[in-house]
Amino acid sequence: MMALKKIGSQSMLFPSGAWIRGRGTVVGKKEGSGPLGSCFDIVLQDDMYGEKSWEKAESKMLKDAMMKAVQRAGLEKENIDVMLSGDLLNQLMSSSFMARDMHIPFLGLYGACSTMTESLVLGSILIDGGFAENVLAGASSHFCTAERQFRLPVEHGNQRPPSAQWTATAAGAVVISGQPPGPGIPRIRAEAATIGRVIDAGIKDANQMGAAMAPAAVDTLLNHLQDTGRGIDYYDLVVSGDLGFIGREIVMDLLVDAGLPSAKVRERYDDCGTMLYTKDQDVHSGGSGCGCSASVFAGHLLQRMEQGELKKVLLMSTGAMLSVISPLQGESIPGIAHAISLEVE
Amino acid sequence: MKDSDEKEKKLRKDIGKAYGDYVKQFTPSPAYVSNGIKAFLVGGLICTAAFWLQKRLQDGGMSETDAGAFVTILLVVSAQLLTGLGVFDSLAKFAGAGVIVPITGFANSMVAPAIEYKKEGPVLGVGSKLFTVAGPVLVCGISAAVAVGLIYWMIGRIQGV
Repeated sequence: MMALKKIGSQSMLFPSGAWIRGRGTVVGKKEGSGPLGSCFDIVLQDDMYGEKSWEKAESKMLKDAMMKAVQRAGLEKENIDVMLSGDLLNQLMSSSFMARDMHIPFLGLYGACSTMTESLVLGSILIDGGFAENVLAGASSHFCTAERQFRLPVEHGNQRPPSAQWTATAAGAVVISGQPPGPGIPRIRAEAATIGRVIDAGIKDANQMGAAMAPAAVDTLLNHLQDTGRGIDYYDLVVSGDLGFIGREIVMDLLVDAGLPSAKVRERYDDCGTMLYTKDQDVHSGGSGCGCSASVFAGHLLQRMEQGELKKVLLMSTGAMLSVISPLQGESIPGIAHAISLEVE
Repeated sequence: MKDSDEKEKKLRKDIGKAYGDYVKQFTPSPAYVSNGIKAFLVGGLICTAAFWLQKRLQDGGMSETDAGAFVTILLVVSAQLLTGLGVFDSLAKFAGAGVIVPITGFANSMVAPAIEYKKEGPVLGVGSKLFTVAGPVLVCGISAAVAVGLIYWMIGRIQGV
């Protein structure tokens, strides 16, 4: 059978229709006091969220984001056919334990911080292929769970270099559906996607995540544009996941280097990691983590699309595919980026 | 097959180096001077205060060894308390090496994992993770001390002969 919906080298179209029906976001206190604070459904007063551990708190955040998305879609849990979700923790602890409470068929995903787009892409494929009617797709991260797993205990005293990024305490989820929303509700459709390749540019410093992932974002974007025959100005906004201030600069430089018009790149391209916090929130190069692009997309970008401020958005979550032990074994940090195109009909 | 593997490895290394150099222009360097001054002032202040206290204790009739031990204990306990109160990490962010290098940093590196891994239980949580930060320092520090001690001993023997 021919791959009828595949275009170019690594992209695909969703002609049958996959619509974003509901969205939910839960963020931590710091994220809530950032510039996008008012976009989120729930802002925690305490990042422990009434739980006994950070991991349990993250799991509860993800669950509440999922429930909020289902509620906003005007559906019941029972209407969801498949749930796709991932996080940064070993064995996907936050997602798996969230799924324990949800009783919905579940597929756990690991794409590091690229997980939100990964779940959106796979969710759209399931819908467009006719394998599901409603899919719940989400991702989460928590500063404290990521710190203790990848770096040092939270209370350990140290100084971060300016290139370090801040793992967002945030969860975001959306309902993707084969049925468009009812009359009067903006119809936001997942229309095309590009699955990224793992690109390793040889960065070994775990405090240089933005630089490590930037080449993957550029590779995916250039392939997406080539596969679809579009220019960057086809989109109102092309937004990467968590490259931060440094990674964003690198991407813009590399895109211009690849022949894209400089003014348009500066006008149309941005990064979720630079949007979630203000510079004086002590996050150095910006936000990171699965929850960064998940919450900015589900809370802020979709809201702007609903309000008609943005018509065409390319979300491109970026992930650093390192493990806790790979840097110790001398490995550099491989990056990945997936892209999904969303349009208001 | 082996040749192409080697070639790819070499290519990846070259790309890594070139890209690493390219990335440097986008990366601001840490504020070494102001960090250094802050570390000098805070670290110096802690040491001066500790020394002042030690002298006062000695004036009060305590031996130098006892006074030194007392001051050390006080520094360790204060750092532990500040870690428990969640203040030490902010202090260390400001003062850097000024509080991390002295014994206060060591105290922090023990209490921080103790707090962090309490949720996994007293034995397999705290018990197994207590030395995650301080452990490598201790192993390398003690190994280095033994090596230097051996060299010192050998030099003594040679000179003795």
